[in-house]
Amino acid sequence: MKICRFSALLGIFLAFSAHGAFAAEVTVAVAANFASTMQTIAKAFAQDSGHQARVVIGSTGKFYAQIKNGAPFQMLLAADQETPLRLEKEGLGVAGSRFTYATGRLALWSAQSDLVDGKGQVLRSTRFKRLALADPRLAPYGAAAVEAMEKLGVWGQIKDRVVQGESVGQAFQFVASGNVELGFVALAQLKSQDAVPAGSIWLVPEELHGPLHQDALLLRGGETNSAAIALMRYLKEPRARAIMREHGYS
Amino acid sequence: MITSEDWSAIALTLRLAALSTLILLALATPLAWWLARTRSVWRTPVAALTSLPLVLPPTVLGFYLLVMLGPSGPGGQITQMLGLGLLPFTFGGLLIGSVIYSLPFAIQPLQHAFHSIGSRPIELAATLRASPLDAFINVAIPLAWPGFVSAGVLSFAHTLGEFGMVLMIGGNIPGQTRVISTQLYGHVEALAYDKAHTLAAGMLIFSFVVLLGLNLLQERKRRVGN
Repeated sequence: MKICRFSALLGIFLAFSAHGAFAAEVTVAVAANFASTMQTIAKAFAQDSGHQARVVIGSTGKFYAQIKNGAPFQMLLAADQETPLRLEKEGLGVAGSRFTYATGRLALWSAQSDLVDGKGQVLRSTRFKRLALADPRLAPYGAAAVEAMEKLGVWGQIKDRVVQGESVGQAFQFVASGNVELGFVALAQLKSQDAVPAGSIWLVPEELHGPLHQDALLLRGGETNSAAIALMRYLKEPRARAIMREHGYS
Repeated sequence: MITSEDWSAIALTLRLAALSTLILLALATPLAWWLARTRSVWRTPVAALTSLPLVLPPTVLGFYLLVMLGPSGPGGQITQMLGLGLLPFTFGGLLIGSVIYSLPFAIQPLQHAFHSIGSRPIELAATLRASPLDAFINVAIPLAWPGFVSAGVLSFAHTLGEFGMVLMIGGNIPGQTRVISTQLYGHVEALAYDKAHTLAAGMLIFSFVVLLGLNLLQERKRRVGN
């Protein structure tokens, strides 16, 4: 009886220590637009693999400067494709590890329920004083918004009414707080926010702008980190893909 | 409502603010004393230099500190030579950044306090054969103590609120360099507005209490002075 209990305890102990031996931690730099999605994925990742992912939220441009100066990140989930490519070329990422983990969707959104119509016709009207978007020089969602408005032939008449946020997150805040009538935001933001005032949405057709691909890169510091390698793989697995779809990424 | 990550950010912020304040008081006291009393031609340029952090955008300051202290920057090469390793993205790096960032908030109240003492008490002490150091410790410091309180409180409060610089040089790493302000930024970017509101309200109340205390103290000093 005693031996039996002892071996049971030993079994539990071994199971835990084995888990402990394989559990590692990865610090991953995540573009702000993917932040809430990644937090959900990190929880699922911890359940499925036993590894911990520490999420650091920021802008892709800042991450670039920080990684160049030795930031202890093992992985980058960027908001664009250029930054990971550049880091890989500069030898700061693991060659061949780069892949597109998510593709975002651009949406025109207003907190008012009757302002945005299903075809984006509101852009041709004078029914709004200001329009929010992310700084096109800094944020892919901003650049995509300008591209779409150029294709629609409305950019010239809207230009002077534009309010720029430093990121798509700030553009979202401008609209959510009611300071700006409408703005170009990420579909992911509208899906992840419980408290979003319903408002009105136009999902901008993907033909109107270049694809919003977001690339992941395993950084030099993560080359031998088992949690980082596992997370890179996990992003391609069904559970992670399902979370991304739920949050408005494809 | 306040998560364990929030608590860790709060603890880190308080540690950072307390240590920065101690270092700043040690650094700013001799510097402010010199600025208040010297007739050197260097006085004005040095005063301007120590006020620069008031004017420079914190992100700019953070970016250049990052480059200076990074592996290819001069500061980074020195810290590596000294065996300290690289300071960006560590608590040490945050500390250096905070000290530079809050320097004017420590120097200016002290400089005013020393200035308002005037030269008479020190000269009197000298006629009583007090050495300059003796006069400084036993005459100037007791007379200027409200200046020390102001300098300490302002440095502490200013360090609590810093954002752009700590985000840049710290890297916002949980448990290591994530302070209240960058945690708050994370909540907002992740659209977790409820968590953001709680943290922001806490910070607001704390700052108000600190500044209220400082003002009450100054009020009392004024009445005692009269």
